[in-house]
Amino acid sequence: MRRLTPYLLALPSWMWLAIFLVVPMVAMASVSLQTGNAIDGFAMTFSFSNYSDAIGRYSTQLARSLLYGALATVAMLVIGYPVAYFIAFKAGARKSMFLFLLLLPFFVSFVLRTISWNFLLSDNGILFGTLKDWGLLPDDFHVLATTFAVVGGLTYNFLPFMILPIYVALERVDPRVVEAAHDLYATRAAAFRRVVLPLSLPGVFAGVLMTFVPATADPINAAILGGRSNTMIGNIIQTEYLTNLDYPTASALSFTLMAVLLVGIFVYARALGTENVLEAAAR
Amino acid sequence: MSGERPVGTRRARAGDRLLHLYTWLIIIWLSSPIAVMIMFGFNDKQSKSNTTWQGFTLRWYAELFELSDLTTALLNSLVIALVSTALTVVVGTMLGLALGRHRFRGKSVTNFLIFAAISTPELVMGASLLSLFVSGNVPRGAVTIVVAHVLFSLSFVVVTVRARIVTLDPSLEEAARDLGATAWGTFRQVTLPAIMPGVLAGGMLAFALSIDDYVVTSFVNGSTVTFPLWIVGAVKTGVPAQVNVMGTLIFGVGVLIAVGNAVAARRRA
Repeated sequence: MRRLTPYLLALPSWMWLAIFLVVPMVAMASVSLQTGNAIDGFAMTFSFSNYSDAIGRYSTQLARSLLYGALATVAMLVIGYPVAYFIAFKAGARKSMFLFLLLLPFFVSFVLRTISWNFLLSDNGILFGTLKDWGLLPDDFHVLATTFAVVGGLTYNFLPFMILPIYVALERVDPRVVEAAHDLYATRAAAFRRVVLPLSLPGVFAGVLMTFVPATADPINAAILGGRSNTMIGNIIQTEYLTNLDYPTASALSFTLMAVLLVGIFVYARALGTENVLEAAAR
Repeated sequence: MSGERPVGTRRARAGDRLLHLYTWLIIIWLSSPIAVMIMFGFNDKQSKSNTTWQGFTLRWYAELFELSDLTTALLNSLVIALVSTALTVVVGTMLGLALGRHRFRGKSVTNFLIFAAISTPELVMGASLLSLFVSGNVPRGAVTIVVAHVLFSLSFVVVTVRARIVTLDPSLEEAARDLGATAWGTFRQVTLPAIMPGVLAGGMLAFALSIDDYVVTSFVNGSTVTFPLWIVGAVKTGVPAQVNVMGTLIFGVGVLIAVGNAVAARRRA
């Protein structure tokens, strides 16, 4: 009985993960090679051309998603690192207050936060409308429906996921190591570059991982802030699945997206060790 | 020990102050949409669009449940979040215990699956579940939403519970067994109370993920509408102010619970 315990404990999760994570991937792989339409049904024809067709048709959106995801990730890193550094080394007793304030937006739904940005940035809304009334901005000035709005929205929405893992890594840095660097006549900049930065790199890797993937695949920011000319691959997959009912194209696109992202993830995970990434993800 | 440093202490202090200011600016930036949401819940707007300030009113609080579709969507979200959280906590705690306390075959495959479930983009998760349901002619609705929500929350509960249990000294459980407790008794009276903070944290995370989810839900909802789905559907025609009020109330309750938790934890310590 004792020897059976772990298997009994793991069984429900195994079943859930097998039936609803593994089997659906197989189902999606199968659908991506079928041909047909929603009315007459789909049949397996091993049509690998679904992939080349889908990628050919939507290469712009695929490339745009990767670009926007990458831009947002870089922006998050640049904006977030100093915040993580401040909270880890300089916030003293108020660490948990700062962390709480950082997580405050999560008490509001993702969708609602993005819509609030839509309000805030709308062409004649409280911000730009007022500035236009005062004559400080030209009448045709707008931010919504631009690349900047979408990348800004992504940066905004995922920023805490970049800051937290970096904070966790910095928090673990022993202050005596930094002191030792100073005692050995390192300048502040040198101590940072040669000691603190390298020690924080696992956090940076985890942060990049946790933000680049969801940002690249996110359909919400493009839909709410992007207008018609900033469609990302997430929006295309949604439309193909839910509106056009073109399941093979949608599945092929999903697989392509996942393949591109997963290759990146596993390279990272290898470099870092799965447990570390998971630990960072849990915080 | 190192005392006064030879290099630029004054400049260093100015740098720290700048960093402090910068952190506050980022926090203000992160919070600004919350302020907008709360503020426009009090906006006396006349037209459908809710982007310009037209005066203060409490009308939307009084008429909070006037839009029956929206109310239904909110209730759906709450029920789905409660059910999926309960399921996730039970199933996830079991696996967390297995991973944190036992050696067994398939452990590394399990770790890989947990990792895969966390790292699969929501979009791909939703799309693949829909592929399964379409292939198997499974009718979509509240049940398929719960299935999906348990799937994407499970790993988070497993990881938080495992993180908690590995810090628990196994000799405590052995002592209970030596004193004649049954396996179940040991779990109920020793293990469970010790891992409870991890279980609760995992549960809160699962609830938050569920009630907030748009992407996965949009694939598997059938004709069942949840709160986030309703809001996105309303964007084109103008989001009614009741949405702001509901968002404000959820925000308030969430913050109260979090602060209450923190205060209680401090008192225990």
